Amino acid sequence: MAEPSEVLVKMVNIRKSFGHVEVLRGVDFEVGYNEIVGLLGDNGAGKSTLIKILTGVHQPDSGEIYWKGKKLVNYSVAKARELGIETVFQERALSEQHSLWRNIFMGREITNRWGFIDIRKQREEAERIIREYMGFTSSALSVDAIVGTMSGGEKQGVAIARALHFQADLIILDEPTTGLSLSETQKVLSFVEEIKKKGKSAIFITHNIYHVYPVADRIVILDRGRVVGEFMKAAISLEKLVEKLYLVARTGRLNDEGEVSQKTPTTPHGLESLMP
Amino acid sequence: MRNRWLSENRTQVSILFVLFVLLLLFIISSPRTFLSGDIYAAFMSTIPFSMIMALSLTLVVICGEMDLSFPSIMGFCGYVFTQVFHATRSVALALLVCVVVGLIAGYLNGLLVVKLRLPSLVVTIGTQFFWAGLTQVLCQGLGKTLVPTKESPLYYLLVGRVLGKIPAQIFWAVVVGFFLWLVLNRHRFGAHIYYTGDNEASARVMGVNVDRVKIIVFTQMGGFAAFAGVLASLEVLYFWPTLGQGYLLKTIAAVFLGGTPVEGGVGTIFGTFIGAIIIGILEAGIIAMGLSGFWTQLVYGLIIVISIAIHSVLRRRVA
Repeated sequence: MAEPSEVLVKMVNIRKSFGHVEVLRGVDFEVGYNEIVGLLGDNGAGKSTLIKILTGVHQPDSGEIYWKGKKLVNYSVAKARELGIETVFQERALSEQHSLWRNIFMGREITNRWGFIDIRKQREEAERIIREYMGFTSSALSVDAIVGTMSGGEKQGVAIARALHFQADLIILDEPTTGLSLSETQKVLSFVEEIKKKGKSAIFITHNIYHVYPVADRIVILDRGRVVGEFMKAAISLEKLVEKLYLVARTGRLNDEGEVSQKTPTTPHGLESLMP
Repeated sequence: MRNRWLSENRTQVSILFVLFVLLLLFIISSPRTFLSGDIYAAFMSTIPFSMIMALSLTLVVICGEMDLSFPSIMGFCGYVFTQVFHATRSVALALLVCVVVGLIAGYLNGLLVVKLRLPSLVVTIGTQFFWAGLTQVLCQGLGKTLVPTKESPLYYLLVGRVLGKIPAQIFWAVVVGFFLWLVLNRHRFGAHIYYTGDNEASARVMGVNVDRVKIIVFTQMGGFAAFAGVLASLEVLYFWPTLGQGYLLKTIAAVFLGGTPVEGGVGTIFGTFIGAIIIGILEAGIIAMGLSGFWTQLVYGLIIVISIAIHSVLRRRVA
């Protein structure tokens, strides 16, 4: 593939403080083309701040962001959407009292030049989209289904299908499996695999290593504003990874086999929640 | 296909059913009144004023907001209409100025709600007193005749009698209803009203300009309140300084009767249309049935509580 750069997005030495609290202390983070990256970290690790910087909500105090090799300046939420970065919030970007087809086109309706919605076209398109992106789900979803009556996994699926349809290159999944049952979680993981199949990239933010491991290509562990570990899935088994997480929790660092290790040791804390 | 239609429109079907039951009840109990055309002509002359405002208010409620100031805007705009008419002798100009003032008053409501992030209930309680107070200060409690408006063809267009019998204002109410239905169900802006009322945060994330939606929704409310004020004043050919009073609760009740819940996010123009008719025929019906006027409020209360209970049960079954 002839791409203008080897990675889709690259964040270099990102620092961010809120008042006296240093939330991000020089984070390097990147996502390749057609790569699913799992981002693990406890509350306060800096995950959400990092993502908010990536989506243009916050400006970093220092550091650079490159999109397809080009440095981003005057970065904003609108710019992020323009580039093709979509965030899928858990149940937050849906209009629950309305139909699936309306939700797919929410804020991006198909209209004529006077702004009147082409309902037939929208329903047909929605039909096509759920067949294409959600067709593997066992339940036969109707485009007229009210979103509020759908299961948590299906809702997440609608949001992901919508993002894929609107040509997002990078889909950020913010805790997509939190609060979902086992079978619903499976559904969401299938949707993530779908992102990979469509040749797009995703960042999967979670507390649960068991959810992200099966679908991720690479796993990044964030702890108190620093990247403390980075693993290619191909190079590490789930058992070994869990072992590493215990190590981080006990010693606050990783020191063998070329993983990113910390410059200064920290006391182990917080990472317990990453443990099974 | 038919089942889908029925399940999508069950609130509208149920409110239509309530209307038919009421009409049937009235016809059985006082056939002489309710089988003659006169009472329906009377209904068609009085119902449109609150109906137009109820239709417009439906958009506000769907958007998740509330407006309590429209009766005062209606009154103030009636005053503006009367003053401009007496100064210029032009009904067209008076109508134009009056509607523009109404739009501005509505716009101010929207601006206060959006920019100060205040609950619309609180803001419009304030502006309700403001516009009512301003009207009283300006007209010092004195009304003014509008008889000379009869010289203008516009008078007949607005409140004349079509074929000598049917009040023109009912056609205006239908036109307003159709226009708002079109906006709400077929236009992108209408979809954005629904999304804003359903889940404001979601709408924002998906790129809906929530603030703009709210401001426009309040603005149109002001405009239609002004229009209703003109119709109501022309119908009686007199401007009363108390114009607008008595419309508040009946208009809001028509919206809720029609199945639009106070939480917003859903609701229909058709439901409000029927709701406004029910509210409009109740009083005459109760009196024609031989009950004293004292019963009116009690029956109002009963019908409203029963209807919103039906809507609530139906909605829960859908969800």
